Amino acid sequence: MHVPDGFINAPTSAVTGVVAAGAIAVSLRGARHELGGERTAPLAGLVAAFIFAVQMLNFPVAAGTSGHLLGGALAAILVGPFTGVLCVSVVLLMQGLLFADGGLTALGVNITDMAIVTTVVAYAVFRGLVTVLPRSRRSVTAASFVAALLSVPAAALAFTALYGIGGTTDVPIGKVATAMVGVHLLIGIGEAVITALTVGAVLAVRPDLVYGARGLTRKLKLRVNGELVDAPAVQPVTVPATTRSPRKLWITGLVTSLVLAGIVSFYASASPDGLEKVAADQGIDKKAEEHAAAGSPLADYGVEDVGDARLSGGLAGVIGVGATVVAGSTVFWVVRRRRTRDVSPASTSTGL
Amino acid sequence: MGAGHAHRLYRQGNSPVHRLPPHTKLAAVFAFVAVVVSTPREAMWAFGLYAVLLAAVARAARVPAGFLLKRLLIEVPFVAFAVLMPFVAQGERVEVLGLSLSVHGLWGAWNVLAKGTLGVAASVLLAATTELRALLLGLQRLKLPPLLVQIASFMIRYGDVITDEMRRMRIARQSRGFEARGVRHWGVLAKSAGALFIRSYERGERVHLAMVSRGYTGSLPVIDEVTASRAQWSCALALPSAALAVCLLGWTL
Repeated sequence: MHVPDGFINAPTSAVTGVVAAGAIAVSLRGARHELGGERTAPLAGLVAAFIFAVQMLNFPVAAGTSGHLLGGALAAILVGPFTGVLCVSVVLLMQGLLFADGGLTALGVNITDMAIVTTVVAYAVFRGLVTVLPRSRRSVTAASFVAALLSVPAAALAFTALYGIGGTTDVPIGKVATAMVGVHLLIGIGEAVITALTVGAVLAVRPDLVYGARGLTRKLKLRVNGELVDAPAVQPVTVPATTRSPRKLWITGLVTSLVLAGIVSFYASASPDGLEKVAADQGIDKKAEEHAAAGSPLADYGVEDVGDARLSGGLAGVIGVGATVVAGSTVFWVVRRRRTRDVSPASTSTGL
Repeated sequence: MGAGHAHRLYRQGNSPVHRLPPHTKLAAVFAFVAVVVSTPREAMWAFGLYAVLLAAVARAARVPAGFLLKRLLIEVPFVAFAVLMPFVAQGERVEVLGLSLSVHGLWGAWNVLAKGTLGVAASVLLAATTELRALLLGLQRLKLPPLLVQIASFMIRYGDVITDEMRRMRIARQSRGFEARGVRHWGVLAKSAGALFIRSYERGERVHLAMVSRGYTGSLPVIDEVTASRAQWSCALALPSAALAVCLLGWTL
C-alpha cells in the first residue's frame, strides 16, 4: 500500500507531511516514557528492525498466494502506541530512502496512513476492549484480534479520504472506498489472526514485555506459615521523574493551530472538498438541506458581517480553534476529576 | 554482522556523485521529486526532460542503465493500479483499439506512471551512490531529530542481524520437516514471529547495557562532521534547479 509520487497532489502531500512530522515529534516524547529515557534509541531501533523483518515473513494462504504482516497493530500492542508510531515511521522512511518503496513526497501520506492511523486505531480499540473485558491473557489476545482487524480497513478508509481530498484522478470516490475497504477487510482478517497469535506467543513466554498487558501483572504473594500474604511493597528505585511541565507543549500547539486556522487557511483551496464534489457531481447535494446551523454567525467558515473573505475565514478559524480548545479542555478536566475521585480505597484494594 | 556493511543497493564507486556530501544529495533528491510532482501532467515533454536529467546523473555516477531499470520493478504493483484507472474513471471517453477509455483516467494513469517512475529512479540513484552511514549522517545534518536518526541507525545496523535470525529460524523449521502450506500452519509461524520479537527486544536491552558500559548517556557523539562547500552545494542543486526551470516552462507553455 506504499503510495508512490504523483498519486496525491502536492498541497495534500505537504499537509500530511506536516501532520506526520507533528505526530513523530509527539511520539518521540511519548516513546521516552514508554521505553524509559536513554533506552529509547536501542530498543525502538531493534523493534523497528523486528517490524522490518517480520514484514518479510510470508504467511501462505492457499494455492500459492501468501500475505505478510503490516505490523502497525502488533507494534502498538507489544511496545505501546508512541513507540509503535515511531518504529513504523522509521521503517517507512528507510523503505522510501533505500528501497524506493513509496515516493519521497508521499512520505507524509504513507506515514499518516500506515503508521499513525493504523497504530492509533489499533491501540484505541485495544485499550477500550481490554478495559471492558475481564482481566486475563485470553482477553488480551481477543482484544488484539479485534484491534488488528479494524486497523487495516481504517487505514484503507484514511487512504480513501486522502485520495478524495488530493487524488490526481477523479475516479469516483465511492468506487475507491468500496474497492479499498473490501480488499482490506480480507487483509485485515489475516492481519488479525497473525497479530493475535503472535501476541499470544509473546504473552506465553514474556508477558512482561507486552505493553498492552501491563495491567495483568499480579502482586507478589509470600507464603508465610502456610498462608498467602501480600509481599511488602518494594520501594521504587528513585526514578528521575522527568515531570516537565506540559505547558510549553500546550502553548506551542495552541499557537500552531491558531496560525494554521487564522493565516494559513487564507491559502487553502477554495474548491469544494472531495465529498462535496462527489455530492455535487452525483446531484446528492440537491437534496441536502441546509445545515441547521447555517444561519449561525460562523456558518460556512466565515464570520457574518465581515466583508473581506480572507479576514472572515481567518477569524472564523481562530474562533473555531478557541471553541474547540475550550470544549476539549472541559471534557479532559471532567474526565480527570472523575478519575482522581475513582482512586478511592475501595477501588485500589481489588488489587491487580 | 559478518557481511559487508554496505547495503545491497549501494554501488561502490568514486564518481563525482559518490563524492558529494550526503546531505546535499538528500536535499537535491527531495527538491527534485517535489518539483516533478508539481509539474502539470499535460506537459508531457517536461517529464522526458526530467528523465534525461536523471540519465545524465546516472551517467555521471557510472550507474549502469540495467541496474537502474531492474530496481524500477519495485513500482509494478502501482503500475497495475494505474492500468486500471482509464477503465474506472469517469468523464468523457475515447475509443482506443476498440476499448472505451476515460480521458481523465488516461491522464491520471500517465500522471502516476511518469511521476512515480521518476521518483523511484531518483531514490534508486540516491541509494546507489550513498552509503548507509553517510545517509544517516546526512539526515542528521538536515536537522532530523537526533533520537529519530539514532533509531533509524539501530534499525539499519541490526536489520540484517534480525533478518538473519529469522532465516535461521526458518532453516531450523525446515530441517525438522516443517513446511508452511496454508492457514493451518499460521500458528507455528506466529510463534516464530513472537520468538523473534522477544529476541529482538532482548538484544536491544543487551545493546543498551553494552552502550551504557561504554559511557552512553542518551546521545551519540558526532565524530565525522560532514560539511559541504559552496561548490558542492551548487553541484548537487544543479539537478533540482534544472528541473525547476523545466517545471516553470511547463507551467507557462
